[in-house]
Amino acid sequence: MNVTGGGALSAAGGWSRGLSTFFYRRPNQYVLLLLVPPLLWFGTVYLGSLFSLLLQSFYSINDFTAEIVREPTLATYKQLLTQPAHVDIILRTMTMAIAVTVACSLIGFPVAYYMARYATPRMKTFFYIAVLLPMWTSYLVKVYAWRLILAKSGMLTWLLDTIGLGRALDAALATPVIGGPTLASSYIGMFIVFVYMWLPYMILPIHAALERVPRSLIQASADLGAKPGQTFRNVILPLAFPGVAAGSVFTFSLTLGDYIIPGVVGAPGYFIGMMVYQQQGLAGNIPLAAAFSVVPIVIIAIYLTIVKRFGAFDAL
Amino acid sequence: MTAAIEFRKVTRSFGSVRAVDDVTLDVAAGEFFSMLGPSGSGKTTCLRLIAGFELPNSGHILLDGVDVSDVPPYDRDVNTVFQDYALFPHMSVLENVEYGLKVRHVAAEERHKRAAEMLALVKLSDFGERRPNQLSGGQRQRVALGRALINRPKVLLLDEPLGALDLKLREAMQIELKALQRELGITFVFVTHDQGVALSMSDRVAVFDRGRIVQVDTPRGLYSRPRNSFVAEFVGGANVLSAKLASSLLGLATPVAVRPEQMRILPAGASGEAGWVACPGTVADSQYHGATLRVQVRTSDGQLLTVARPESSEGDDSVRTGAAVQVAWPRTSVVELETERG
Repeated sequence: MNVTGGGALSAAGGWSRGLSTFFYRRPNQYVLLLLVPPLLWFGTVYLGSLFSLLLQSFYSINDFTAEIVREPTLATYKQLLTQPAHVDIILRTMTMAIAVTVACSLIGFPVAYYMARYATPRMKTFFYIAVLLPMWTSYLVKVYAWRLILAKSGMLTWLLDTIGLGRALDAALATPVIGGPTLASSYIGMFIVFVYMWLPYMILPIHAALERVPRSLIQASADLGAKPGQTFRNVILPLAFPGVAAGSVFTFSLTLGDYIIPGVVGAPGYFIGMMVYQQQGLAGNIPLAAAFSVVPIVIIAIYLTIVKRFGAFDAL
Repeated sequence: MTAAIEFRKVTRSFGSVRAVDDVTLDVAAGEFFSMLGPSGSGKTTCLRLIAGFELPNSGHILLDGVDVSDVPPYDRDVNTVFQDYALFPHMSVLENVEYGLKVRHVAAEERHKRAAEMLALVKLSDFGERRPNQLSGGQRQRVALGRALINRPKVLLLDEPLGALDLKLREAMQIELKALQRELGITFVFVTHDQGVALSMSDRVAVFDRGRIVQVDTPRGLYSRPRNSFVAEFVGGANVLSAKLASSLLGLATPVAVRPEQMRILPAGASGEAGWVACPGTVADSQYHGATLRVQVRTSDGQLLTVARPESSEGDDSVRTGAAVQVAWPRTSVVELETERG
């Protein structure tokens, strides 16, 4: 043992060494020190605001004075769920969110599957960048760019005309409800923009889930006599499902909460996000805005419960 | 009788590396056949070629006389126990074992019956409802075994199945596997880098080196008549004397092998017995192994020879490091080896 060396070390270490030793001997206090600031932030700012939002939704507004009555009541929820206009908004938003989620998972799964199982490292890097690149750009720029792409004399219409699919576009736009005068002012256009916007949020979790499926499991399935389709259904899909579930929570809740895209692209008709924005801003009806905000939370909670029932998280 | 597995000049390359290089091989039905070699020697690739996870670049693979060179794994009558077991984490033990029947559309009732029988065979009857992550390593191994055997394959492939188990469990599994193979009469192909396991379990062993099979023989044959220095060193841990040393000591033109337990250490000046060959050297090192003492002796031309001798209770000064000694062995214990390819 080198006694002189040890002495020099402890002299040089000073108080910081003493502090390190203190925490080394008391790992619990170290963890506490690490966690207290984020927990405080999370607790007050995040959960606190969520709680106050929930609380607001149980208040009501006095129709004459436009003042908030701070007494617990279900009047606001009654208003939310009985007025046909409000129910329309909820159903419209949910339908769009479901359609966007389904489309994102149908488009996202093959891309993620290719990235996870077949792409060479080079190709994988390219795909990562391609998936993430749109997220480096301003959200508003992308939305307005899409309005131009979808406009009557825009790129997409021109492209479809050029390849001879102009007629198909006209037919699609003639469809009641989802159609409209142009792509930019139809639900089809809005749907396209939503899918474009949220696709990365679907691809990345599915990719992460697929990456974690060991190759040997797929080989074991084939080895036991399963044809590729059976292996996909029995092994790959169940194991990737937590990723699909996570991705769909993203696409679903992002669509439910968005208030810009429905205002820039698509047919007139309010969405939940726009309603929240308007009620708390212009109308000053905070309780109704809060009640509208609770809707996505409840829907997502129900969705997760159902997904869990189907065993989506069993493999976690 | 047709061979259970036949390789005809099979080559499988990955880029410029020939993982399996022009291998020709027969495995008889009902045989316990081991593929032994260091990592990267091509033994696992051979196993994967039999399973169908790899397809050969050239040559033919026959199972039971039928060419399966281009047949995918799900159409081969072969099942595999994977090195990492590859149990399906989202299924129970019972569902794992049933899987092979389920994908072949066996009716549920029949399926449950056979899976229950299989669980009994691998002694896991009480564990059917558990998930793989609730089992110990040894139990997972049994599930993997049961799952692979449920389809009653003609050939069972085992890829280093004992590697992840501790010594005691490994020895117990070794005995069980051998008993199971005898009971079922299935051809077992066992891939391992552990020569002890290969020698103790197999009917025949193929020794792999750099993508080629160096020697196929019974364990006894491999041990007593290694073909070249690679087999002698890898399988028997034998001393290989260079051709130069062999010619000066024995008057032979080839390298030779002598096993450590057949060598003895004599004092430096002692005169040799009749029929024995002696070689002077100095003790370089020694290790105590309980029953034996292994001593490394450096000969005058720099070669290191290992001598294993039964450990005597009275300490012995003659094996002190640096002591001048002679290493001697009976002429009859010398095995002539082929000169190895470059």
